[in-house]
Amino acid sequence: MVTTFVILTIVTLVSAIAAMSLRNLVHCALCLVLTFAGLAAFYLQLNAQFVGFAQILVYVGAVAILIVFAMLLTRNVDSTRQAILSPSWGVGIVGALLVFGAIVLSILCSTMVHRPALSETQVTVLAIGEQLMTNYVLPLEVIALLLTAAMIGAVIIALHEPTSESSAVQNPRLEPSVPSVPNPAQVPRTDHP
Amino acid sequence: MLPLHYYLIVSAALFAIGLAGALTRRNAIIALIGIELMLNAANLNFIAFWRYGSRPEALTGVMFVIFSIGVAAAEAAVGLALIIAIYRHYKTTNLDEIDSLKG
Repeated sequence: MVTTFVILTIVTLVSAIAAMSLRNLVHCALCLVLTFAGLAAFYLQLNAQFVGFAQILVYVGAVAILIVFAMLLTRNVDSTRQAILSPSWGVGIVGALLVFGAIVLSILCSTMVHRPALSETQVTVLAIGEQLMTNYVLPLEVIALLLTAAMIGAVIIALHEPTSESSAVQNPRLEPSVPSVPNPAQVPRTDHP
Repeated sequence: MLPLHYYLIVSAALFAIGLAGALTRRNAIIALIGIELMLNAANLNFIAFWRYGSRPEALTGVMFVIFSIGVAAAEAAVGLALIIAIYRHYKTTNLDEIDSLKG
């Protein structure tokens, strides 16, 4: 039990660090898949089988693929030359270490640490389905609505922006005298201090 | 079974790694991955507390994690669509260069 836990911890944390620190974005996505799989194994070890398989299905199957697609669609040509960390990276690292220290300190000071695990209860998918259809039916409907709205919103946000000529044709109410905002990508950048 | 705080410390480490990545990396997609890692750390906490809680047959932790996974999937879809839209506009995903609203 302890050996499994140690192996899972090492795999999950090392791949998470790699996903956050590698330069090549596709390597980051592959390490992220490993992290998600390690977390699913943690769920299985904690006897939450349904959540573990849902984790693999949603994260490894869908979110990772979505991230890889976004990476390929936003490929930067000159990304190999510039630094991958922002100029104030030291503050971020120190802040994360402070948060980690605070959480670990509060965990070790808590009396909850010595609570024993209760008897092994087998959670069947039947019980989860019954709960979803009785006690949790309103959250289920809300999450369905949220997923629909998010899907439509994502499609609308990622649609091509119409060019100025075609938008004038499609939208005759748009006055041609409206001053068009210059595209910031074409304006030469002036860096203010 | 292992004591509860083993899982909590692993979850805290995962949260700290995600926070460090979200704060330090310049690429918007990697920052979004850091946010996903933090959400997953919270999910691991939910499952661990449910497993060691007083009434595991009530399934509250499992239900919360299922809904949390759904919300995280919606967040990832909208976030990546926003990043793609920003990339079309600015031709970059570098968070330091997207500063039009900066005074």
